[in-house]
Amino acid sequence: MTDPARARLPQRSLLTDPVVRAVIIQIAVFALVAGVLAFAAVNTAENLKRAGIASGFGFFNQVAGFDVSQSLVEYSRASTYGRVFLVGLLNTLLVSSVSIVVATVLGFAVGLLRLSGNWLVSRMAAVYVEILRNVPLLLQILFWYIAILNPLPGPRQAMSLFDTIFLCNRGLIIPWPVFLPGSWLVLVAFLLALAGGAGLVLWARRRQRLTGKRFPAYVSSLGLIILLPLVALAAAGFPIRWDLPELSGFNFAGGLTLQPEFTALVLALSLYTAAFIAENVRAGIEAVDKGQIEAAHSLGLRPAPTMRLVVVPQALRVIIPPLTSQHLTLVKNSSLAVVIGYPDLVSVFAGTTLNQTGQAVEIIAITMLVYLTISLAISLFMNWYNARVAILER
Amino acid sequence: MRFKTALFVALALCLAAAQAIGGTLDDVKKKGFVSAGVSGKVPGFSVPDDKGFWLGLDVDFCRAVAAAVFDDPNKVKFVPVTTKERFTALQTGEIDILSRNTTWTLQRDAEQGLEFVGTLFYDGQGFMVNKKLGVKSAKDLNGASICIQIGTTTEMNVSDYFAANGMKYKPVVFESADEAAVIYDSGRCDVYTTDASGLAARRTTLSKPEDNVILPEIISKEPLGPAVRQSDGQWVDIVRWTLFVLLNAEELGVTSKNVDQMLKSENPDVKRLLGTEGTYGEMLGLTKDWAYRIIKHVGNYGELFEKNVGPNTALKLERGLNAQWNKGGIMYAPPVR
Repeated sequence: MTDPARARLPQRSLLTDPVVRAVIIQIAVFALVAGVLAFAAVNTAENLKRAGIASGFGFFNQVAGFDVSQSLVEYSRASTYGRVFLVGLLNTLLVSSVSIVVATVLGFAVGLLRLSGNWLVSRMAAVYVEILRNVPLLLQILFWYIAILNPLPGPRQAMSLFDTIFLCNRGLIIPWPVFLPGSWLVLVAFLLALAGGAGLVLWARRRQRLTGKRFPAYVSSLGLIILLPLVALAAAGFPIRWDLPELSGFNFAGGLTLQPEFTALVLALSLYTAAFIAENVRAGIEAVDKGQIEAAHSLGLRPAPTMRLVVVPQALRVIIPPLTSQHLTLVKNSSLAVVIGYPDLVSVFAGTTLNQTGQAVEIIAITMLVYLTISLAISLFMNWYNARVAILER
Repeated sequence: MRFKTALFVALALCLAAAQAIGGTLDDVKKKGFVSAGVSGKVPGFSVPDDKGFWLGLDVDFCRAVAAAVFDDPNKVKFVPVTTKERFTALQTGEIDILSRNTTWTLQRDAEQGLEFVGTLFYDGQGFMVNKKLGVKSAKDLNGASICIQIGTTTEMNVSDYFAANGMKYKPVVFESADEAAVIYDSGRCDVYTTDASGLAARRTTLSKPEDNVILPEIISKEPLGPAVRQSDGQWVDIVRWTLFVLLNAEELGVTSKNVDQMLKSENPDVKRLLGTEGTYGEMLGLTKDWAYRIIKHVGNYGELFEKNVGPNTALKLERGLNAQWNKGGIMYAPPVR
């Protein structure tokens, strides 16, 4: 079949050809954008030079000369700004990942409770969601920090549990294990138990599929995971010692201190985000056709297995995409840490380091790039997971 | 929040045309006022009163510059900047003078494109603690939690001091001095640290000022002075010599009250200062009577000190290092000639 419109125009000018025109326009737009970016880069370099401001990334090797209150890697005042960057990045990742786990678990729980048949339970979940998601996050962070954690008594009047766990305005101080030589045996036993438990679960599943006979695989592997390391511990002669907190001078020495800045941030971020996640979960579950549940019930499945085997797998494909954006938002929101003095990337790198070196352009660019990279990584992972849980079209 | 500000400033640096650099005097004359970056939160140095009128040593210095340029000390627009934003605000041309109790250091001088014109106030860092702790000396502070403001020399000095004395501490670092002080007041920190003048000012705003003591140790040198962009030599000279006029006037006994009589003085130093002899103001691109204008409208350094931070103010600071060189201090200005 011939296209009558085309047939009438056998000799077309290149400029009127829609394909050629589209290409020309795209090249022009691309050149314009590239030109603006190049102009901005050249102009910035020129302005910095003219104003006598240092530029480049040499500052990464300079000595920082200030201290940071919380660091996952070894850090001292003699470390470099490069190390400061790492410390800030790890602190951001720590607070984000802990909050993401807590927010997701709590969000799922609240979302399910909100659908509960029990009027009181579902109302309470609704109240939680409506309050938490309608108060600005910054206020919630300040609330936990200034109104709840700071008024706790000082370290000398700390509240204590059996004189081993202390709570005061310096933070929550808990005993922390110190691993002496020989403790590797316990670790090995733990890993073995983990592998054994996984094997047991797989074997039980296959047997159920083939023979229909059931085996309490989860309970028995839990027993294995607890018992085997204990046996190893005894065999090695208890090589683990507890570092107990003890009041000395101004503060507690020993143990592990969860600083109030960290705690306030985790509480605020995870409670706030959980409210949104709860709504996503509710939406996902309500999206599953009621007929599915009725069908499951008619097959003789009880409510819990119905949820686990029928509803949740189908709800996940609705839940995952908005859940991803909640996780991304949480990571970006963690930059509010700076208002309560938690040493995250924005505080130690885009704050102190920027001020000490004065290299705003480089430092802000790097900081933006870091948040972009973290967000893209989370997106990639969640997309992969989403593809895995998506319903297979047959 | 703050991140946004920093982002904006970074963008401004990318896009700011070259006009912001050079020709500050012409620029200032054209817009009709001097744009001055101040703290806005340090009593005695820069703080607005309840009618919105700015008070303080840092503020009055900017008025002196405006008096020299416009013969009107009120042609100043005060812009409160945080410690974090201050240098970028000056670099991008948002402000013409940074007068924000800023410490003069080598790194800031060399790498940030700034020129410190001199020292307006010699300060040093100290510690404030609650009396209940029973601490008598900074040497007893091992293990303490310390509330600090972000991006200050203070942050580095504490680190130096504790390292030098083999002691440990926990820094808790906040965006603003206000927040650091409020959190210290709530008991989260054992110690609040900043420059000694700032401690005296801050103590007056705590819930129970009398429960807090300032420890005797001064752990650093903090020469606080106004800074300008180093790329504009003429503006550097104007602001620098405004400071020297304030100091020279005090040394020569010229005050805002007697400056009109002093115009008839036969002392050649006074004649050169007030412009009845020579054309010194014109060398700076100003008028002959520029120094007369400064002293007439604002006063000399001694008058400013007494009015803002001296023994009769809430801060109750003695002259100490800030006295004239011939009165036991180290304030010394080069001669006008």
